[in-house]
Order: sequence, then C-alpha cells, then structure tokens
Amino acid sequence: MKYWKGIEELENAPEFMQSAFAEFMPVKESHASTDATSAPRRDFLKLMGFGVAAATLASCETPVRKAIPYLNKPEEVDPAISNFYASTYFNGADYNAVLVKSRDGRPIKLEGNPESPITNGGLSARAQAAVLSLYDGGRLQHFAVKSGNGHQQVEPAVLDQAVRAKLAATTGRIAIVSPTIISPTTKKAIAEFAARYPNTTHVMYDAQSVTGLLQANGGVVPSYNFSRANIIVSLGADFLGTWISPVEYSRQYAMTRKISRDKRSMSRHYQFETAMTLTGSNADIRVPVKPSEMGAAAVALYNAVTGAGGASAYKNDKLTQAARDLNANRGASLVVSGSNDPAVQALVAAINQALGNVGTTVDLAAPSNVRQGDDARMTALVNDMNNGSVGAVIFYNANPVYNHPLGAKVKSGIAKVPLTISLNDRLDETGMLCQYAAPDSHWLESWNDFEPKRGFLSLGQPVITPLFATRQGQETLLRWAGNNTGYYQYLRAAWRGVTPTDAAWDKAVHDGVATGTALAAAPAMTAAAMSPAAAVAQIGGAGKPAANAIEAVLYEKVGLGAAGCESNNPFLQELPDPVSKATWGNYVAVPRKMAVDNQWEQGDVIKVTANGYSIELPVLIQPGQTNGTVSIALGYGRTLAGKAGDQVGANAAPLAMATANGMMYNTVVTLAKTEAKSPIAQTQTHHTIMDRKSVVQENTLAQYIKNPKEVTEYEKVMTPDGLEKPSKVSLWQDYQYNNHHWGMAVDLNSCIGCGSCVIGCQTENNIAVVGKQEVINRREMHWMRIDRYYSSDHHKDEFETVGKVGTYTAMEDPSDNPQVIFQPMMCQQCNHAPCETVCPVLATTHSSEGLNQMTYNRCIGTRYCANNCPYKVRRFNWFSYYSNEKFETVNGHMFTDLGRMVLNPDVTVRARGVMEKCSFCIQRIQLGKLEAKKQKRRPMDGEIVSACAQSCPTEAIVFGDMRDPNSRLSQLLRREDGERAFHALESINVQPNVTYLTKIRNAESEFFAKEESESMQHEEAKS
Amino acid sequence: MQHVSAVREPLVTGGKTLHDVTQDICYQVEAKPNIRWMAALSVALFFLGIFFYSVYRTVWFGIGEWGLNKTVNWAWDITNFVWWVGIGHAGTLISAVLLLFRQKWRSSINRAAEAMTIFAVICAAMFPVLHMGRPWLAYWVFPFQNTFGSLWANFNSPLLWDVFAISTYFTVSLVFWYIGLIPDFATIRDRAKGTIAKFSYSMLSFGWTGSAKAWSRYETVSLILAGVSTPLVLSVHTIVSMDFATSVVPGWHTTIFPPYFVAGAIFSGFAMVLTLMLITRVVFRLEDYITLEHIALMNKIMMVTGSIVGVAYITEFFIAWYSQVEFEQYAFINRATGPYWWAYAAMMTCNVITPQLVWLRRVRYSIPLTFVLSIIVNIGMWFERFVIIVTSLHRDYLPSSWAMFSPSIIDIGLYLGTLGLFFTLFLLFAKFFPVINMAEVKTILKYTVDNGPTYNPQKAAHATPAPQPAIHGAPASAPVNYNKHD
Repeated sequence: MKYWKGIEELENAPEFMQSAFAEFMPVKESHASTDATSAPRRDFLKLMGFGVAAATLASCETPVRKAIPYLNKPEEVDPAISNFYASTYFNGADYNAVLVKSRDGRPIKLEGNPESPITNGGLSARAQAAVLSLYDGGRLQHFAVKSGNGHQQVEPAVLDQAVRAKLAATTGRIAIVSPTIISPTTKKAIAEFAARYPNTTHVMYDAQSVTGLLQANGGVVPSYNFSRANIIVSLGADFLGTWISPVEYSRQYAMTRKISRDKRSMSRHYQFETAMTLTGSNADIRVPVKPSEMGAAAVALYNAVTGAGGASAYKNDKLTQAARDLNANRGASLVVSGSNDPAVQALVAAINQALGNVGTTVDLAAPSNVRQGDDARMTALVNDMNNGSVGAVIFYNANPVYNHPLGAKVKSGIAKVPLTISLNDRLDETGMLCQYAAPDSHWLESWNDFEPKRGFLSLGQPVITPLFATRQGQETLLRWAGNNTGYYQYLRAAWRGVTPTDAAWDKAVHDGVATGTALAAAPAMTAAAMSPAAAVAQIGGAGKPAANAIEAVLYEKVGLGAAGCESNNPFLQELPDPVSKATWGNYVAVPRKMAVDNQWEQGDVIKVTANGYSIELPVLIQPGQTNGTVSIALGYGRTLAGKAGDQVGANAAPLAMATANGMMYNTVVTLAKTEAKSPIAQTQTHHTIMDRKSVVQENTLAQYIKNPKEVTEYEKVMTPDGLEKPSKVSLWQDYQYNNHHWGMAVDLNSCIGCGSCVIGCQTENNIAVVGKQEVINRREMHWMRIDRYYSSDHHKDEFETVGKVGTYTAMEDPSDNPQVIFQPMMCQQCNHAPCETVCPVLATTHSSEGLNQMTYNRCIGTRYCANNCPYKVRRFNWFSYYSNEKFETVNGHMFTDLGRMVLNPDVTVRARGVMEKCSFCIQRIQLGKLEAKKQKRRPMDGEIVSACAQSCPTEAIVFGDMRDPNSRLSQLLRREDGERAFHALESINVQPNVTYLTKIRNAESEFFAKEESESMQHEEAKS
Repeated sequence: MQHVSAVREPLVTGGKTLHDVTQDICYQVEAKPNIRWMAALSVALFFLGIFFYSVYRTVWFGIGEWGLNKTVNWAWDITNFVWWVGIGHAGTLISAVLLLFRQKWRSSINRAAEAMTIFAVICAAMFPVLHMGRPWLAYWVFPFQNTFGSLWANFNSPLLWDVFAISTYFTVSLVFWYIGLIPDFATIRDRAKGTIAKFSYSMLSFGWTGSAKAWSRYETVSLILAGVSTPLVLSVHTIVSMDFATSVVPGWHTTIFPPYFVAGAIFSGFAMVLTLMLITRVVFRLEDYITLEHIALMNKIMMVTGSIVGVAYITEFFIAWYSQVEFEQYAFINRATGPYWWAYAAMMTCNVITPQLVWLRRVRYSIPLTFVLSIIVNIGMWFERFVIIVTSLHRDYLPSSWAMFSPSIIDIGLYLGTLGLFFTLFLLFAKFFPVINMAEVKTILKYTVDNGPTYNPQKAAHATPAPQPAIHGAPASAPVNYNKHD
C-alpha cells in the first residue's frame, strides 16, 4: 500500500518527478526565469540573509523568568485555561456560595455558585472583592510571639508547645471569641478544644448584632422569603444591602419586582427608616422615622394590623396604608425590622404571626444561622476580662478592640488576661495586643464547611496552597486540644453522616453545596420571647430623648461591612456607597435642614460625641435622612488593617450604646463644628436627573396595568414626514452583523443598585484603584458604575412661572425625602459610536459583532473619544497606576509579584496615557466562541456572560446575542419593544447596544413633571 | 515717478529717506543688545524655564499632573491651543490678504506679524502633542507607511484634519515669512562688519543679488504665496472649530463654529499684533514706521471682528432656544448662569463690550488705551475658548457625570511657559532679524528720486522746503523701482 503526499505525487507530473528527490530547490542564476520551481539566486540570497537575521533576532529574546514547569502536571490544570472550583465565602457575616476561577493554579475571580439554593449564583460586592484579600501583603505571614512592642517570628511547633503548656496551666476561664461561626465542623473542633480544656467557653458576637431578633424568635433568625410577599414592610431593616442575608433577599425581592405584559403585578415595599439605605432607596414608599420613634411605629403597626386598637405615639398615613395593605395580603406579606431591641422584634414577630405569614414568608423551621452573636455573653466576657477572672482568651478572627462598642474595655481587659492568643489573619488592633499570634489561613487556602441555614450545607475547598506560613484556625485549635488530625480528614470524618460515600463527598465538593445537617446546632441563645403586650409596655415605658436631641444611627456599609474584616481591600474602599456615592471613608450623613440650620457645608468636619467618646468626621448632606438625626457608618477608622485600610475615616463603633438588651446602634449625640475641612470623595456629585427623561425613565404600576405601551416615552425627531424615530434619520451607513451582535438589557425594575457588578467588573478587567484624592479629582477608573438619581421637588412645569434659569437651579436640589432611581451605566457599545469617528489613529473601532473596541496599543491618548462620549464611560489612564509610587498604597496589588497574581491574564493592564472602557468582557466572548468552535457548534445562549451580568444577584442584567432570535436577550427585547425597552439618549441617535427597561414604581412617581409628559403624549397622539 | 497724494497721510512719517529706513532698521540688528531687551529676554527665559519644568512633569508622570478628569478631558490644554492658533491668524491675514487687497499700510507690520504667527503656531503646536497621553507616539497621526500592519490614520477624525491644517499653515507661513526676509538679510549682509555676522547673514540671504530678475521673482513668489495662504486664513480655524463642531457635545455641536472661530481668530490675532507692535515700536523706536494710523486701522479690524464674534455668541443662544433641544438649551443656560458664569461674563465683557470703545476716535488713536484694550481682548479670547471647552464638557448629557474642573499648578505653568516660549522667540527675532520689512517699506515711502519727500505738513505750513537728504547710492537690496506704477 502506498500513501501519496499530494496531488502532484498522485499524478506523477514530470515537473514533480524532476524535483521530487532533490534536497534543495534548483538554484538558477538567471533573472529571466519563469520556472516557478526554481528560485533566482539573488532572491535566494535575500531570503537567506533575512532568515539569518530573523533567526538571530529571534534568539535574542529576553529569557522568561520565574516560569516553573510542573514536574507532574495535574490532570485538570492546563496552562492558560481557567478552572472553576466551588467554595464558600463567609466573612463579616456575609454568606455567599462561590465558584473560584483559578488560572494556572491561582484564584483570580469569584463568581456566584448557581447550584446554591440560597444565593442562587448571586454574589455580593464584598465577596466579589474578596479574592484580592487572598494576596493581601498586610496579612501576618508567619506565627509570632509578642516581644516588646512588636511580634517576633516563631516556629509553629514552638508556639504550639508554649501555648499548650500555658493553657494546661491556666486556672481561670478560657474564652474563644469569634464572630458568628456557621461551620458545624469548626464548632465541633471548638467543642473538642473545650473538652480538652473544660473551662473553655465559646463567645460569638457580631459587629452588627441582631441579638434582639434572636431573642424574639427563640434564639434563631427565621428564614424570610420575600419572593412570596406582595406587601413588604421594613422598619429600618436594610435587607437588600446589609441585613442578615442580602444576596438571598435581593434575589427574592427582585422576583417580586420583575414585571411583564403577562405579569402586571409587583410587590409594594414600605420602608420606615432613619438613614437613606439601599433598601430605602428601592422602596415604593419610604417614610423617614427617628430611631426613637421606631418602637412607637412598630406598636402603631401592630395595633393597626391586629386591630388591637391601643393608642400609639406614632401616627402616619403611610403606616395606616401599610397596615391596610398588609391586612389585605394576609399570608403573602412580610414585616421585618432592623432594630436590635427585643421588644420591637417581638412585636414584628407578632405582626407576622397575626398576618399568617409564618409558614409562608417567615420560616422558623429552617432558620438562618448567619447571625448568632449574643451581646450579653460578650459584654459579660468583657467584664470578666477586666475583673481578672479570665485565664486565657483566644481571638478567632475576631477584632473586638476595633469593632466591638466596648473596644476600649476589651483592650484594657486583654492586659489583665494572663494568656492572650490571636488567630486573626493579621496583627490587627486586637492581635497586636495578644501574646501569641497563630494566623489563620485565608478561606481560599482552607477546607471548611458551612451551614448558613438549617439543613443547607456548603463546602469550602482550598484552591491554592497557603501563600504564607499560616495554619488553619481549626487545625490550630485541634492541635492545642491534642488532636493532630489534619483538618481535611477531620472535616471528611465529620461529614460521614451527610456524604457517606466518597462519590457523595466528591459531588458535594464539586457542587460546593449539599443538603443535610452535619452536626445538629443548638440555637444561638435560649430566650423566652416577649409577649406583644409586654413589648408594647416596654416600648411605651422606654425613655425618649428630648425632641431637639440629635439621634445618630450607626449603620453598615454595603461594601465594607461593619466588622472591618475587609478594610484593607481597596476594591471595597473605592466601591461607591450605593446611595451617597462616597468612597474611602465614612462621614456624618445629615439632613439638609440640619446643615442649613447649622451652616454646615459638605466636607466641613464636625465632632460627634456620645458615651464620652468622640470622633471627627466630615458632613455629607444626605437627602432622605430623617430630620433631627444623623447617620455614621461602622467599619472605618482602622489603624492596623494594612496599607490601604489604615486611617480611612473614623471608628464609630464606640458610639453604640451597650444596654442590658444588647447593642443599640442608635444613640443621642452632640455635634460641634470644627474649623477643619475634609472633602468627601464621591463618584457622583450631581444628584438629580434634571428632568431628563431621555436618560432614564420610570412610570407607575397603575399606568403599566392600564397600558404597558404607555409607560415609556420614546423620543421622536421632527422630519419633513413628521415625527420619526431618531434612528430613521441617519447619514450613516449601518454596519452589517452577519455572525453575532452582542447586546445587553438592564431591567431598571430589578436593579437594586448594590454595586456587585462594579466589583465584578473591576476584578475581571484588572481595573486600577486610584485612591481618595484621585476620586476627589473625579478620576475613578470603574468601567461600570451605577448612576443614582434623586427626585427633586421642582420640575420643568415651573418654566412658565419661575423661568428656566430659576427652575434649573431649583431642580439641582434633591427632595428631602426623594425617590431614587439606579441606572447601571457602562459602555453602550453604540452602533453609531461618536467615539469611533473622532479618534485620529483608529484606536477605537467597530467590530463585526457590534462591539466598540478599544485598541490600547494604538491609543495615543487625545481623549477626544471621552469628550465625545455622551455617556461618559471612557476612562483615561492619567498616571501609570501600576508603577507610580503615588498609587502604591491603594493599588498595591499591581506593584508586587504577590499581588499581581490576582490579575486576569486575559486582560491587559493598561499603560499610562491610554483610554480604556467596558469591552463587554470581550475576553469572555472570545473564550465562549473558541469553546464552541472547538466543539464545532455555535455558542449557546447563556454560555457567554459578561462579568457584570454574571455577578448580578437580581439578574437585572441580561447579556446575549441579538442575532440569535431565541436568545434570552432577543426574546426579552422583542417582548419589551414599545413597552419598557428604551435606549438612553435615543434622540442623539448613537444607537446603543444596551437597552434599559423602564422602572415601574408601585406608587406615585415623583421623578418627572406630570404636565410635561401628558402634553408630550398629546403631541404624539396628534402626530 | 510715483504718484503720491499731497493730502493723504503718509504711511511712514518723519520724512524718512531710503537710507534712513535701512539705517533705522538695521541699527537694531547691528547694535549691541540694549538693556531693555536684555531685561525682557531674561523674564521670557524665566518663563521658558517654567515651561520646561511643566513639560517634564507632564511627560514623566502623565496627564494626571493636570486638573482634567473623567468628564472634562480637555481644558487648559486645548484652550491654550486654540488661543495660540487664533493669535497666529493675524500674520497671514496681514501678509497675504492685505497684500492681495493692496493695503500698503501692512508693509511696516507684516514682518513682525508673520513672525508672531509662526511663534504662536509653535506655541499652539505644543499643546496637541503634550496633551496626548503618549506624546512619544504623536507621529502616529501622520498617514505614513508603517510597519504596524495595515494601520492608517482615521480620515474621519477632525483631529487628523487639524494635523494637516496646522502643519500646512505653519509651513506656508514660514516659507512666506522667510522669502520676505531674504532681501533684508542681504541688506544686513552687505552692511555687516563682523565675520560671523557676515557669514551668517550670507547663509540666510541665500546669495541674494538684488538683480531685477531676482526682484521680479520675489514679487511673483510673494503673490503666489499670498494666494496660497489666503484660503489658509479661513481654513485653519475652520478646521480647528471642527474639532468641536463635529462632536455630539451640546455647546460644541454647532454649525456656526467655522465663521465664528475665524472671526474670533482674526480678532485675537490683531489684538496680539497690537500688543506686540506697541511694545516693539517703543523698545526699538519705530514710531515713524508703526504710526498711529496703523494702530487705528488695526483697532478698526479688531472692532469689526469683535462685533462678528458678539453676533455669533448671541446667535448660539438664539439657535439653542429655536432648536428646542433640551441639552442644547441647558448647555447655554448653564454657560451664562451655571458655576462658570464668571468665565462667561469675562468673555462677554472683554470680547463684546470693550472693543465697542473703539468707535470713539480718542480710544482708537490712544496708545495706552489701545494697549490695555488689546490685552483685554487677549484675555477675553482665552476665556471664550475656556467657556466653549470647559463649560460645555462639565455638564453634558448625564447629570451623574457632571463635574467641575480646576487647573493644577502644572496647567498654569504650561500656559505661562508657552508665553515664555513665545516671547523668547519673539525677542530673539526682534534682535537678530529686521523687524520691519525694509524692502517693502521703501516702496511706500512718500518719496521720489526727483523731488525728495513730497508730503510734508511742515512744508505746507512754512513754505520752506525741507533740506533734501543726500542720496547715497541705493544698496543692492533697495527696491527702487523706477518704472513701477502703482
């Protein structure tokens, strides 16, 4: 048998035969040669010369450094191919089931785990950013013993020996202090430690405690199901932002807010609150309430709902309306409260009980475990430490010196405890005071399990070997208890009940989640619930602050949280607060009236005093803040967090009131102006929409029910043939998209403005952090931002009476209790992109798939594209953010080999002087297309998802191919066409590929002038 | 014989003879630098130092050294650029357009005006290069064959048109200016005593012989270049205006921009010429060459162009109202009443109101008032560009992105620095080059070979003929064109 190598050989042509057996092509001297098979001598020499030169040049390449080949390549790891491993993030009481994207053995991004029945693929901003914390150089990198004022490195074995000896010799009480632990196996390890040292008690406390809620519900936090509630009433609970399990609740909440022609109903959300929270800004009806009135409001609601009829000190029409709505939706409503007062929580529980919500929206059978802190026990411990009855204390990822309201007493107590050990990941405010430091490994380096809700388990697996000489906390405790088992074996053994077989275990590790109970957990506390009558009596009997006293609320930031455990994460420091849009530091949010009365301007530093403790912070005028109150965020003012987190803002925790009932995060404060000024770094400084309906649109549910086709106002332009859609009038030749046409839809009704997408985008696309001063200079680099607009009291309908100039000026001021609208804003990938035409060097061009591409290499940085972008989404590299020493504190991860491991290798780190912007995650598109091509098929819908769409807990962002008629996006756009789908700034005819869906409010809309819209509709009707 | 009016004011006063002209103008070149010049140069060099420092900061650390932000991506840089380009307009107008229109009075100011043009364009050209994020790649804007693949410049981009417009303008102006200098260099060469001077000016004068043929060619080339550069007067600023007009930014997207910008450019150019001329004539004692009549004429042009600009400002407002476009209307309301109202007020006062004072003859002929006025106009025109650029950008479509701009110390340094660069160049020019076109001024002397000065107010008054100056042999370069009838 013979195989021929080509057609020539098969045909055996004479020309072929001639050269078939020659080693070289025949070389001819003559130029006149027309024989294709022979190369002229000169050409040969030319090629030869070039070849030699090219070979020489190629061999001059810089040697590759620090590339270490695998000795034995792990089966599933291929260079440049990312793997996803399921794991779990639980930090600062924020639970998220995650998938860890690991590339070449290093975790580079976290994504939501869609397998999780709790978070369902959503991921909070805090969890998104957590991957950066792994590479935080501020972590303690070895075991250490205190010597003098500092700590000295020590071998773990030496430390173990010393600690074990000291623990054995301890006579007094041994306390393990931790935040809420939801890991059954960790609790088992602690129990084993307690068995070895019988005086041990485990004290859990939460930086934002919900002791009151626990007490009112028999020691557990009930599971709430917002998705089944038609009426949601929240008394100060920021359940979309920070309260208990925001990712889970956001998703449920959004399910009640999604609306379509076929489902013209949505929940109505009442929010009674003091500070303007993320939740309050999403509410249909928001009522500002002073903290001291909250109890009375709960009583009033209880009375109105149950018809108990007692008198209440609080009267409000909206409350009456809420009660009426609640009663009309018995069993399909939900009342929650963020108060830490057991009496208020007892009333709220009684209201839900009375409404028949228990079993539908309130589930006591599968309670949530994510908050178990008991304020009373912690306070008792602090007192014991101070009176010398504690022999040893182990801080297990707890930093009470910083984040407990009694931090100063904890500090003095530590000095009186003979043995103090810190398992914290760094020498933080607490760890620094302890004699021994045995740093815990990062959760991405550790095995662990979690039971966020009774019966719902989730696993954490290490995706990288510990970067530093750290050891998992559980293993450390077990060793000291005399058990030398590795924690993996220990965990595996503990899970025998849930996953008896290896296959089941492997599946659980693979999925990251499982159902079952590894270890029956006792309720966090045993407490008899207060009867409603007693609660009413207690609220009625409580002393009220004077009417003119200024009440402060201490709240938790959506990004950073209250515990300060992610303080050194610059992504979160620079994540704008969803409502105030402030970054890098806390401030005193004051209502406008208070600022006017006291002649404060934004940025004036004032001194806040309460409990004999005072802090100085700048003033921020916050629309929606209840009159006579201020609010201050917890979680700032760290002193030993690390380079990025130190000295950012001031610590407000000591302002909280430690009462017999627990920590009260509201207190009466005195305010005094100082001479200092401290500008607040806001990413948005103009707050109203200026009645620009072409930017963002909203309408009422009533209107939507009447006619979905009338909720959105489509801009028309005048042509000789009458009013036309702007896209009908164009000088441009349209692009043809033959293969794909990528697009995005953002449902403004489901977007809650949490900012998860902002961080998702930042980690995915290696976006630089620029620091406070550069944010003040308005140079933040976020490719994706969430524009937040407040409604104003003034509208265009005043043009006639007040005049344009006066009206425009008045429209700049937000209402005192404004309605809020969020609009995620990223590159709109315009089909008629204004940026593309103006670039002199064609650095930004249009792709054949509808994308507006940015070629960094080609960019010379004229910035005309950014000027000409109507959406202002282009970001310029003003400095070299990865090498200019000014940015080392805030963008440190781009400066060190350690930090650079977090960078996504698929995305260039942009050089100084070039423009950058949202690319629709082109690297993900490319990857998806290549995967599909390898399998010889077209990419499937849902296979390619941008980072923002991936991370959205409420699925407000839909990404897809508009050329594929069956894609979710195409279907959505078809369905919403002419109803809610609109393009921002349609009249300038840049034809974006991002479509927004009009927000629908289940209340009166105060955003735009009413007359105006009606007259516009008349005009349209006439035409 | 040249026919001259006995009543019309001569363009050069003081009864200058041909030799006087040579003497007066060459004197500045040949004499030792005077103390005033030295003082002026040191100040200019100091500012040039600031320029180099600011350039170093900008190029070494990045554009972040300036006060720009994500919303206002151009501010002082492009303001300065347009301002300088505008200033550069008067030169071409004077040398080309006025030549074609046979405005003889231009002869004594055209040299300096052209020099000013060239130096202003040099200053202007600093900004488009320096404002780039990566100025070392500035050459990518040229459509040249390259090794980067099939990359080519974007011919849709007004920035690219700018490159062509500015470089063409600069080249033509330079050539025009230099050709005009050749006969004068030859005069200096012929008078030069030092070897270095003789050698340098021989090189500069390209072996000019002063033959009739050379003169004939000189005249022809001048006319051709005038013809070539006349459209440039209109095109350069038209194209600069398109940097804004072709965008979608409310306040920029305006079809009135080309004529409005051209008028503004001539306006500011004449103001700058006046500023410089008033200084030069005092420093170099050229009062007889740059007369009050010149000043008054230039004042008139300034007033006319200033009024055109004023009409343009008002038209913009009218169109904003008439268009009924919300964003456009807001852009203009914000311009006049928003946070940058003071810049708008400065612009209106300086550009529209103050030039109207020129209607008064007293103002028109007053040197101090004209000087102050010219400075005010220069300030006003700077504010005009600032208003257009910054107040349009800082509040455009999405209120979420509205921002304020405030300049950094480097922004200010760069601006002052280019003033230093400009004055350094101008002072060097004034010292080493003949500041007045001797050859052309000689053609407009009220003087004939036969009768001597024909216009002499004293003569009319006293009836005693002025002593006839001795005629020295006309130097090779003097264009005593006996057969010229014009």
